[in-house]
Amino acid sequence: MTALLEIEGLHLGMQSFDGEAHVLNGIDLTIRRGEVWGVVGETGCGKSLTGLSVSRLVPTPPARYRAGRILFEGQDVLAMPEGELRKLRGRHIGMIFQDPTTNLNPSFRIGDQLVDVALAAARHSERITRAAARDLAARMLDKVGIPNAASRLDDYPHQFSGGMRQRVLIAMALIGRPSLLIADEPTTALDVSVQAQVLALLKGMVAETGMAVMLITHNLGVVAQSCTHVAVMYAGNIVESGRVAQVIRAPRHPYTQALLAAIPTRHVARGALQGLAGSVPDLLAPPPGCRFAPRCAHARAACAVLPASVTVEEGHRVACVLAHA
Amino acid sequence: MLKIEGLTKTFIRGGLFRRTPPVTALRDVSLSVAKGESFGLVGESGSGKSTLARCILRLDRPTSGRILFEGEDMARLTPAAMRHLRARIQVVWQDPYASLNPRMSVHDIVTEPLVVHRASIGLDSRGRTERAARILAQVGLGPQHLHRYPHEFSGGQRQRIGIARALVTEPSLLLLDEPTSALDVSVQAQVLNLLVDLQARLGLTYFFISHDLSVIRYICDRVALLHRGVIVEQGPTAAIFDAPQHAITRTLLAAMPEVVVPG
Ligand SMILES: Nc1ncnc2c1ncn2[C@@H]1O[C@H](COP(=O)(O)OP(=O)(O)OP(=O)(O)O)[C@@H](O)[C@H]1O
Ligand SMILES: Nc1ncnc2c1ncn2[C@@H]1O[C@H](COP(=O)(O)OP(=O)(O)OP(=O)(O)O)[C@@H](O)[C@H]1O
Ligand SMILES: [Mg+2]
Ligand SMILES: [Mg+2]
Repeated sequence: MTALLEIEGLHLGMQSFDGEAHVLNGIDLTIRRGEVWGVVGETGCGKSLTGLSVSRLVPTPPARYRAGRILFEGQDVLAMPEGELRKLRGRHIGMIFQDPTTNLNPSFRIGDQLVDVALAAARHSERITRAAARDLAARMLDKVGIPNAASRLDDYPHQFSGGMRQRVLIAMALIGRPSLLIADEPTTALDVSVQAQVLALLKGMVAETGMAVMLITHNLGVVAQSCTHVAVMYAGNIVESGRVAQVIRAPRHPYTQALLAAIPTRHVARGALQGLAGSVPDLLAPPPGCRFAPRCAHARAACAVLPASVTVEEGHRVACVLAHA
Repeated sequence: MLKIEGLTKTFIRGGLFRRTPPVTALRDVSLSVAKGESFGLVGESGSGKSTLARCILRLDRPTSGRILFEGEDMARLTPAAMRHLRARIQVVWQDPYASLNPRMSVHDIVTEPLVVHRASIGLDSRGRTERAARILAQVGLGPQHLHRYPHEFSGGQRQRIGIARALVTEPSLLLLDEPTSALDVSVQAQVLNLLVDLQARLGLTYFFISHDLSVIRYICDRVALLHRGVIVEQGPTAAIFDAPQHAITRTLLAAMPEVVVPG
C-alpha cells in the first residue's frame, strides 16, 4: 500500500536567546492508511514538533526547517501555499493539540464550534445543511461519551469539566472524517475508563474509515493496547520504530529498554523499579553522535558518530551501534 | 494511626438567586491506615479523592463523621494541639509546576513550613537552613540548589523539592495527591523509588491518591476504591488486583492500560 504520510530526513532548528537548538535531528517516518502510530519519548524530545510539522503549524521563526521533506498523499507540505494547507487541515488532517487552552473558544457554544468545523470540512466535498451538521455534532459528542449529548450542544465550554472539554476536542478533530489524525496526548487528562472509551472510538474509526493515526503519548500502556506501530524518540531522533509487537516485546535500543524498565508492571517488586539515570541533553549543545550515549550503559567509542538506522527484522528499525553488528 | 469513621461531606452550591442541588462528595466513608504502611486511594475523576485529603488536612470541614489521628478526634483538638498536629501531617500536591511559588528560592520554599510551625518546632533561622539542607540531601539535591528558583529545575527535581518541603517538619503521615501524574515514566520511577527509600529509612506512613493503578500496585500495601463518594471495596493490594470483588473494581482494572502486547 502507498504511504499516506512520509517524513524524510527532517531537521528543525529552533532559535532561542542562546543560539539555535537542533530540536529535530533527521526524522524518518512513514505512515500508511489504517496504521496507528504511537510516538513516545521523554518530555522535550520533539514529539509535538514532529506532529505540528505535518500540517506546518510550527511557527517559523523561531523555528527553521533546515532539511527534509514531509509528503502527505505525495504532496510536499513544507512547500505548499498556505491556501492549500488550510484545505488539508481539519478535512484531511485532524489535529488534537496538547495545549487544551488554545482549542475551544470560551465565548461560543460547543455545538456551534463543532458545526463550523463540520461545515468547513464538507465545503471541500459534498455539501451538507446546518441542521445535518448539528445532528452530526450531537452524534460525535455522544460517541466520545458525553451523556445527553444533544441537550449539551448549546452549553459553553466553561459548563463542561476538564475531561469533558478534552472529549469535545476529540470530537472536533474527528468530525471532518480526516484521513490522518494527529493526536497529541489526547487522553492524558482523562481517567482510565474514559480513556479506554476514547481509544476504542479511535480504533473504531480506523476500522471503519481507514483513517491513520499519529498518537503522541507518554503512556507506553496506551501504545501497547491501542497502536499498531510505535516510534521511540530521544532528543530529536527516532531511535527505534516498528510494529508494537516487535518493539515492545523485543526492544533493541538501550533507550527503549530503559523506558520499558521504568514502568511499574505487575512483575516489578517494590523498590526494584529501574529509573533512568541522568537527564536529557541540552539541545543547544547536544553530544556529538548518538545523543543517548552519555546515559547509556553500553556506550562505546563508535557512538561518537550518529548511528544510522538499520533494519533488524522486517519493518523494525533501530539506530544504535549494537544493532549494526 | 489514621482512622476515618462515617465521613460525609456535602457541598452546598449555588449563589444568591440560583439553587443548585447540593453535591455529596463523600458518603459514609470509613477506613483506617496503620503506622508505617502505604494506603492507596483510587477512583475515577470526581469520585471524591481530593475532598477526602482536604478533610484530613482540615482544609474542608466534614459534614458528619470523625477523623481520628493517633486515637484523637481531630475536630475536638484545642487550637494549640491542632497546630502541633498540622506539622505531623504533610501533603505533596499533584502538579510540580504549579505547586511551588516561582518567586521563592528553594531555601525559602523548603523552610517555610518550619517558619509557620516555629512555635512547636522551635528552630532558629540557622537551624532551619541546616534542616533544609539535610532534607534536600535525602531527596537527592545538594546544598548548591538552596539558592536557586523553581524554573531552574526539571519536573522530577521540582517534585523532589515538593517532597522535601513536605518532609521538613518531620511528619509521620504524608498525603500524596497524584504526586507523579505530571511526570515522565523515567522521572516517575525516580520519585517512586525515592518514596520507597524514604519510607524504609524514616518509617513514614503514606496516604497515596492516584488514578494510575500501576503506581498504586507498585507502592501500596492496602488500597480502597472510591466510587461517587462511596468506598466500594478495600483490602490488601494483591487481593484487590488479583481477585476484585466489586464490578466497578473489575471495570477499572480492565480499563488499565498494561504494557503487554495483546494477542
Ligand atoms: N515555540 C518554541 N520555542 C522555543 N523552543 C521550543 C518551542 N517549542 C518547542 N521547543 C523546544 O523544542 C524541544 C522539543 O519540544 P516538543 O514540544 O516537541 O517536545 P515533546 O516531545 O512534545 O515534549 P512533551 O512530552 O513535554 O510534550 C524542546 O526542547 C522544547 O523546549
Ligand atoms: N468546593 C466545592 N464546591 C462544590 N463541589 C465541589 C467542591 N469541591 C469538590 N466538589 C465536587 O466534589 C466531587 C469530588 O471532587 P474531588 O476533587 O474530590 O474529586 P477527585 O476524586 O479528586 O477527582 P480528580 O481525580 O479529577 O482530581 C466532584 O463532583 C466535585 O465537583
Ligand atoms: Mg509535547
Ligand atoms: Mg483530585
